[in-house]
Amino acid sequence: MIEIKGLYKRFADKDILTDVNLTFEEGKTNLIIGQSGSGKTVLMKCAVGLEIPSQGEILYSGRAFTHASLEEKMAIRKEIGMVFQGGALFDSMTVEENVAFPLRMFTDMAKSELEDRVNFCLNRVNLNQAHSKYPAEISGGMKKRVAIARAIALNPKYLFFDEPNSGLDPRTSLVIDALIQEITQEYKTVTIVNTHDMNSVLEIGDHIAFIFKGNVVWTGDSNSIIKAQVPEVRDFVFATPLMKKMFK
Amino acid sequence: MSFFENFGKYCLLVFRTFKQPGRNKFFREQFFRELEALGLGSIGIIAIISLFMGAVIAIQMAANIDNPLIPRETIGYATRESVFLEFSSTVVALILAGKVGSSIASEIGTMRVTEQIDALEIMGVNSASYLILPKITASLVINPVLTLMSMFLGIFGGYLACLLTGMLDAPSYLTGLLFEFRPFNVVYSIIKSIVFAFIITSISAYRGYYVEGGSREVGENSTKAVVKASIAILFWNLILTRILLL
Repeated sequence: MIEIKGLYKRFADKDILTDVNLTFEEGKTNLIIGQSGSGKTVLMKCAVGLEIPSQGEILYSGRAFTHASLEEKMAIRKEIGMVFQGGALFDSMTVEENVAFPLRMFTDMAKSELEDRVNFCLNRVNLNQAHSKYPAEISGGMKKRVAIARAIALNPKYLFFDEPNSGLDPRTSLVIDALIQEITQEYKTVTIVNTHDMNSVLEIGDHIAFIFKGNVVWTGDSNSIIKAQVPEVRDFVFATPLMKKMFK
Repeated sequence: MSFFENFGKYCLLVFRTFKQPGRNKFFREQFFRELEALGLGSIGIIAIISLFMGAVIAIQMAANIDNPLIPRETIGYATRESVFLEFSSTVVALILAGKVGSSIASEIGTMRVTEQIDALEIMGVNSASYLILPKITASLVINPVLTLMSMFLGIFGGYLACLLTGMLDAPSYLTGLLFEFRPFNVVYSIIKSIVFAFIITSISAYRGYYVEGGSREVGENSTKAVVKASIAILFWNLILTRILLL
C-alpha cells in the first residue's frame, strides 16, 4: 500500500499540490487523472522521490519515504518499477541489455538464469523479436513494452506509469492498458497510472483520483466516474463529442 | 544562478559521484568503454596537433634567433621547454576540453532530458556515480598518457622541421634538447594534465547532469561546458605554475 498524507508542493510562490491525501492499494490499478498542468506529474514525481514535497509524507507499506535517509530511499526504490512517458530506455543498450540492466545491477544471477529472466519478461509483454535491437530501431509501442519488461524484471511491489498511452494509436493503447491490468493482478503490485486518456480510465480504473489545480476533487472508480457530479470531473470526462454521444 | 550556487551544486555532485560507487563489474565495463571513447578517440587529433605545433615552435624559434651570440642549439632547448612546460599539458587540455568536454556534456544532458537519469535514480542506482565516475577515472588515467605522447611528438615535430628546412642539423637539435634538462618539468606537466583531466570531465558532466529543457538546452550547456572548463584550466594553470615552479 502507498499512502500520501497531507502533501504540498510549491515551486517559487506557486502552489502546485495542495493537501493531497490518497491511498493506493495493491492488486488495483490506481489512476491519477486530470487536465494537463493539474499537478499529476508532480504528484508522481513526489511519490517516487524525483521531487521533494514542500510538506507531507509518503508511506510505502508503512515505511516513511519522503524524509527517509538516502540509503532507506534507495532500498525502497529497488522495490519500485517505473515506466516513463517516453520509455526512458538506455539508448546505448539493446532491448535485451535494457531489461537485463536492473538484474545485473542488483542480483547475482548466473548468465543463463539472467537470460531466462530477460526472455520471460520480454515474452510477458509479447515482445519476442526485438532482443538485439536498439531503442532507436523500434516503434513507440515496442519501447513502452520494453520499458514495462524492464520495470517488472525485479518483481517490483510498486509500479508507476507516467502517461503510458501518450503517442500511441488506440489499438496499441488497448494492448498497453491490458498489460498494465494483467501485471497488476498477476503480481499484486500497487500500480499507479498517471493519464488523461479516457479509454484507460474506463478500461482499467479500479481506483481513480481526479486532480484539479493541485487538489484531489474526486475519487471513485471507472463505473462511478460517468455519474460524478463534480463539474470539473464532468468537464473532463465529457470533453469529447464521442463521450457526450455515448453517455449523455 | 550565482557563481556560488553553481559551485555548491558542483561540489555536491562531485561528492555524490565518489560517495556510493556502483557494482564493480559495471564500473569496470564503463571504465574501459570511457578509456576507449575519451582516450583512444583523442589520440589522432592530439598526434596531429602535437607534431605540427612542435614543428611550428621550432621554426619560430629559428626565425627569432638571429643573434650570432646565441647558439643555434637554443632552438632545440626552447622547443623542448615550450612543449614540456605549456603545450603538451595546457594546450592539449584546452583541445580536449573542446572535444571530450562537449561530448560528455551532451551525452549526459541527453540522458537527462530523455529521463534516462531519472530511470536510473528510480531503480535505486546512484546515477552520478554510475555515469560520471568512470569518465573521471578513465580521464585521469589516459590524459597523462596523452600528454606524454604529445611531448614526444612535439619534440619529434621540431626535429622533422629542422631536418626538412635545413635550419639546424640533427646533432645540434639533440644537444639543445638535452641542455639543462630537468626531469621535474615532465612531472610538472603530468601533474597539470591530471588536474586538467578532472576539471574537464567533472565540469562537463556537471553541465550535462543539470540540463533542464530539450535539445536546444543540451547544445547550450555543451558549449557552456567547454567555455567553463577552458576558463578553469587557465585559472588552475596559473595556480599550479605558481605552486610547482616558483
